[in-house]
Amino acid sequence: MSTLSAPKSLTDLFVSFAILALQGFGGVLAVAQNELVEKKRWMTKEEFVEEWAVAQIMPGPNIVNLSLVFGGRHFGLPGAMSALGGLLLIPLAIVLLLAAAYAHYKSYPAVSGALRGMGSVAAGLLIATGIKLSRSLKSSSLGIPLCIVVGVLCFVSIAVLRWPLSFVLLGLGSFACILAYRNLKS
Amino acid sequence: MSDAPLLVLHLADWFSLFLHYLLFSLLSVGGAITTAPEMHRYLVDQQHWLSEAQFSSSIAIAQAAPGPNILFVAVLGWNIGINAGGVPAALLGVLITMTGLLLPSTILSYLAARWVHDNRELKSVRAFKQGMMPIVISLICATGWILACAHNEPARDWPLWLLTATVTFIFWQTRIHVLWLLAAGAVLGWFSFV
Repeated sequence: MSTLSAPKSLTDLFVSFAILALQGFGGVLAVAQNELVEKKRWMTKEEFVEEWAVAQIMPGPNIVNLSLVFGGRHFGLPGAMSALGGLLLIPLAIVLLLAAAYAHYKSYPAVSGALRGMGSVAAGLLIATGIKLSRSLKSSSLGIPLCIVVGVLCFVSIAVLRWPLSFVLLGLGSFACILAYRNLKS
Repeated sequence: MSDAPLLVLHLADWFSLFLHYLLFSLLSVGGAITTAPEMHRYLVDQQHWLSEAQFSSSIAIAQAAPGPNILFVAVLGWNIGINAGGVPAALLGVLITMTGLLLPSTILSYLAARWVHDNRELKSVRAFKQGMMPIVISLICATGWILACAHNEPARDWPLWLLTATVTFIFWQTRIHVLWLLAAGAVLGWFSFV
């Protein structure tokens, strides 16, 4: 713990989260772990995993939640806002410039073709991320067979039947949480 | 790509957009991307504020840019505004979708993170985490599936599906940087291979 460091100021928080965000193409999780834990030593691995687990179960983008909680823990609400601003503002400007440029050039078949290709890649990245994360299901008290049943039911109702997410989260979600509760010891 | 709708949006429409994003925010367990199917239902199927092509290219642009994936929401808002008349409306669209999506979840997360931290041994907290795991993971896969299915003519679109399947396998099995895969997709599309 003695080797742990801390952000020096609000500016330090803002700049650090901006640099972190600007390295993250198609997802920031890996970069965030590398920067916050290994380079800056602002968190231990254990703290990072713990915070990420909470960010994961709360609504909202995980990395946004993580930056809020981390900034808040060091400098209160101004810290939370600095980290969040660093994470979002510069990438936001870049993505809007890209969107505007795209609208200008989309009549070129090559440009819309390139975007179509990238869209298909993005779909594959998401599916692969889901597959990779499914390894973590081993730690769920639901057990693998029930996890598969719940996962398949969720996939079919959202991707095939196109049911509203709210029904699925409330219905299937509370069902899964109750099962998990019953399976937990003590 | 020429099928972008021309819109006249009234104050009530912007307000409705904001309310829907407040709701999406509360539903976005596991990240904003898990509510993408719901945004698609609302923006494309129901309101016709965005074309199919605009919706999927918004997500692709956000994936191509650095930063959190949540910025696809800003691009959706931007494109709604562009369809409704131009850059000022587009900036309003960004403001409304981003504020709507972030406000409830950030307040809730900020408060809940402290509570969960203090109560992480509670059985109910652990049950919630573990029960939601398969659902969160399944939602990520479903979003990818819906993106891939935006192209739905097998005879014409099979190369796109093959690309999605190939990327899924490569990204699952290797540690390749996403940038290489996105660049490969862009090159294949640029030269009309997919």
